[in-house]
Amino acid sequence: MHVHVDPEKCQGHNRCYALAPELFDVDGFGNAFELNDGLVPEGLEDKARRAAANCPEYAISISE
Amino acid sequence: MATQHPPVSDWGSDFDHTDPQWVADPYPIWDELRSTCPVAHSDRYGGTWLPLRHEDVSAVAYDTEHFTSRSVVVSEVRPGPNDLPAPIGLAPPITSDPPFHALARRLLLPAFSPKRIKAFEPFTRELCVELLDATAGQTEFDAAMAYAQHIPLRVIVRMLGFPQEDADLFRRFIRMVLEDVDQPAEERQAVIQDGEVDDYMDARIAEHVAAPQDDLTTYLLEAELDGNKLAPDHVRGTMVLLMIAGIDTTWSAIGASLWHLAQNPADRRRLAAELTLMDTAVEEFLRAYAPVTMARLVAKDFEFHGRRLKEGDWLLLPFPAANRDPDVFPDADQVLIDRTENRHAAFGLGIHRCIGSNLARMELRVALEEWMKRYPDFELTDPEKVTWSAGQVRGPRSIPVRILQAN
Repeated sequence: MHVHVDPEKCQGHNRCYALAPELFDVDGFGNAFELNDGLVPEGLEDKARRAAANCPEYAISISE
Repeated sequence: MATQHPPVSDWGSDFDHTDPQWVADPYPIWDELRSTCPVAHSDRYGGTWLPLRHEDVSAVAYDTEHFTSRSVVVSEVRPGPNDLPAPIGLAPPITSDPPFHALARRLLLPAFSPKRIKAFEPFTRELCVELLDATAGQTEFDAAMAYAQHIPLRVIVRMLGFPQEDADLFRRFIRMVLEDVDQPAEERQAVIQDGEVDDYMDARIAEHVAAPQDDLTTYLLEAELDGNKLAPDHVRGTMVLLMIAGIDTTWSAIGASLWHLAQNPADRRRLAAELTLMDTAVEEFLRAYAPVTMARLVAKDFEFHGRRLKEGDWLLLPFPAANRDPDVFPDADQVLIDRTENRHAAFGLGIHRCIGSNLARMELRVALEEWMKRYPDFELTDPEKVTWSAGQVRGPRSIPVRILQAN
């Protein structure tokens, strides 16, 4: 599974970083980006789905 | 709150966001309009539009071509094309449009990143404990007046590096700007233009120029835009914005959450027993009781859902109504403190996403955690005595509670 933050859509709500800091980080301006090229380690799939489902801007996509 | 306006005759064609019925309980009004209109119009305030569906609210929030943020508070004072936006004054970046908006915003963002905000958590927690200590021994008191209102006020005063004892002064400024929008235009304009707020800010700026501090005021004074220091008007406007936007809003969210818990024993007991539920509970309170409705001015004539929006019309942007849209949120009218999918728009959508959202979330979470630890069981003394603010920031201004269990 991979996650990706669309930087054009991300407005820095920081929900993904709060819910899944293993998968996302934020820069000094609060813009989110995926860690580890977006690769979701085994066992963290639910966290990835939950982060995506809580993004107000629909900025996170998941590919499996 | 007394209103100067005649009663609303029809919500779809004559709505007024300061009407007592809207102030007391806007949700049934929004639900009705969302399923019938879905974009309502009123001649009040010189012409105002109101989208209700999540889809339409977000479409407006994303459309900076047809809508301008030059003024974001609907009132009888209508800014002309060359006027400073009333009533907040020049308050970048909330009253800015692209392309200037991004520059003004980028300047502020680092001060409000999650990592920077975390540093204020210990101060916030100590403050909450101190406020709760002050209520010790009382079985009945007002949770809005004794607790909720002080928290964001004193945190922002601390961030700006202003004296804590000036907190009371700010309460008056805020009421004038945000809550008295239905007062006659001339009176309000006179208060806003007499310069009291500006004089206060100028004095604090002068102190910080003379003796720089490790705070937000000095940060703004040293910040550069295109290699130049900010114009004094820009610094002052931004400070006024942070004060106004950072206080009433979070006070409302803390108050509404306590108001909900006071009336819902099952949620109260669950949260007291399981503080780990706080993360979803905080998001659900923000969704269900989102305090802030923004506004835009129509920038150019435009057809929207078959309605002809005219340049200069107001448009209310009710994020709280979008958060209750059943097309996006299952059981939208129910408060589910363990809701795990919650894309709520309490902090807005698009380029004007509330810059203080990390701060507000931290304050709300800490305020509720400390309250629940101290007072796990409490109730309203009289639901009829709860009063709500009028205007675009909605929250309880009086929450009389009876403490049933104190730790």
